[in-house]
Amino acid sequence: MARINLDHIAHSYNPDPKSEADFALREVHQTWEDGSAYALLGPSGCGKTTLLNIISGLMTPSHGQVLFDGRDVTSLATEARNIAQVFQFPVIYDTMTVRENLAFPLRNRRVPEADIKKRVAETLEMLDLTAKADRKARGLTADEKQKISLGRGLVRSDVNAILFDEPLTVIDPHMKWVLRSQLKQLHRRFGFTMVYVTHDQTEALTFADKVVVMYGGEVVQVGTPEELFEKPRHTFVGYFIGSPGMNVLPCALEDGGAVIAGHRLPLEGRYRPLPGKVEAGIRPEFVLLTDDASGLPIQVRSVLDVGRYRVVRGTLGGHDLNAVVPEGMPIPAEPRALFEPGKLNIYHNSHLVEAEG
Amino acid sequence: MEKTWNNKAWFMVLPVLLLVAFSAVIPLMTVVNYSVQDTFGNNVFFWAGTEWFEELLHSQRFYDALVRNLIFSAVILAIEVPLGIGIALAMPRKGWAVPVCLVTMALPLLIPWNVVGTIWQVFGRVDIGLLGHTLAAMGVNYNYVQDPFAAWITVVVMDVWHWTSLVVLLCYAGLVSIPEAFYQAARIDGASRWSVFRYIQLPKMHRVLLIAVLLRFMDSFMIYTEPFVVTGGGPGNTTTFMSIDLVKMAIGQFDLGPAAAMSLVYFLIVLLMCWVFYTVMTNYGQEKD
Repeated sequence: MARINLDHIAHSYNPDPKSEADFALREVHQTWEDGSAYALLGPSGCGKTTLLNIISGLMTPSHGQVLFDGRDVTSLATEARNIAQVFQFPVIYDTMTVRENLAFPLRNRRVPEADIKKRVAETLEMLDLTAKADRKARGLTADEKQKISLGRGLVRSDVNAILFDEPLTVIDPHMKWVLRSQLKQLHRRFGFTMVYVTHDQTEALTFADKVVVMYGGEVVQVGTPEELFEKPRHTFVGYFIGSPGMNVLPCALEDGGAVIAGHRLPLEGRYRPLPGKVEAGIRPEFVLLTDDASGLPIQVRSVLDVGRYRVVRGTLGGHDLNAVVPEGMPIPAEPRALFEPGKLNIYHNSHLVEAEG
Repeated sequence: MEKTWNNKAWFMVLPVLLLVAFSAVIPLMTVVNYSVQDTFGNNVFFWAGTEWFEELLHSQRFYDALVRNLIFSAVILAIEVPLGIGIALAMPRKGWAVPVCLVTMALPLLIPWNVVGTIWQVFGRVDIGLLGHTLAAMGVNYNYVQDPFAAWITVVVMDVWHWTSLVVLLCYAGLVSIPEAFYQAARIDGASRWSVFRYIQLPKMHRVLLIAVLLRFMDSFMIYTEPFVVTGGGPGNTTTFMSIDLVKMAIGQFDLGPAAAMSLVYFLIVLLMCWVFYTVMTNYGQEKD
């Protein structure tokens, strides 16, 4: 296992990039700690697979360096980097048995046969595949095949990191849970450094210690699930994480308060004057619907019952505003919205602005 | 659930039945009919029983032709299958070169058999042919009209030229269907080029290769037009394959009975060989399941 340093990594498919737009992956400068589980979360085409392939060595970044435990591996080929990767679709060697599949990476590295036997047996045990060890890999179910792909990584004792590229895409929903918790367990027991690419926020939030949110080829926030929920650093993070996402409303700052749709709301802390686009973000979970006259008047468009709670879709001064109403709580006939104090975030040109003092 | 029986449904099958009857069953039965009778013309037939079959199975001429056919098919498969796989592996996977390669590969397949024969017949002639004349000028003794070895080389090269493309195209189709992730995983697993071929590419080409081998075997085993045009079965009888022999017997000598018996035996051999190939190749690698 290793600590992974991404030292000013950027990638462009264009040999002579001129502007930011030429980059598939804009500058990333980060350290990924040994033994942690990271999730790369973002919509399709945001550069997360590019970043993953750069770490695994399937691609060489056009700028910057990749360091494993301080050693520069940027120009090293995949096979020399000692990483394992699990792909979107299970990759297995059809003609081999499960056991032979797991032994394959070791055989290629000329590991002595006795060691291979031992490691394979351990890995089979780890993945609950012992009973199927001598079956042809071809006949197994998708989740078992995916476990074999993972196993070919686990079987190597020298693995620096295990990378997952949307590994649960083809797995049945009920097996997704099982497989994900098995992964989590393996991580706790053996402390592999894991990087997990996904566009599913539930997967990312439940799997990872730290979630790296990417958008348009850029890392917009790295944080624990709580941080992403409470203090999204970018309106995209607020919108992408949470169901429904954060409400983003245009606002103006006026001495110690925010003016939203003509109503003045007090703010905690003071903000410096911000020229340009200013927006306020509030999670639907922190929007309270009352008939109290102090709230902002909203028009309800629809109510979605999601079982444990209801999502009220409405508008405030022509802008969409969603609120989450817990089960059993009535929705007033002429609802007004109150924002939970301290939960309102201010964004300047889509980036979070912290209050001064 | 109770099934509804309606015998009118049989009428639905009638058109197919008629079609198959006229295209296969009746012609085949005619051949069977000829094979057990003898005729001296004027539509007068005498019952001959299994006489023609017995004669055929004791005929050296038949065994010689059969052996020639077997050798020819074996040589053709041994050359075209590895060569086809090799070319398919070397073909580009993306870019402008893909359509160029595919069209170039498909061209020989579009040329009719007898045209291929004529092309090579002229191409190989010592007096005016580009190949024959060049070889002669270089001092190589190449004359497919007199030298059996040269005749065989010509027929084999001609078939390789004509049909390797089929194997290439089938293998290429199998290769491009392999997702990129397989190659990436193989790199991560540290697999050698040979392992990638042996454990990823070959298994994925398994099905198309089965089709390629079957088609090439059947076609080469039934070869007629090209050697007929180029060598006419000669020199001597050295390139007289079963089909050529059959035509000589049926149309040249007008021995309808023996020819019909030979047709049936020929047909059964092709059928048997195809069955063997099919069984062997579909079962390959599955016995341990």
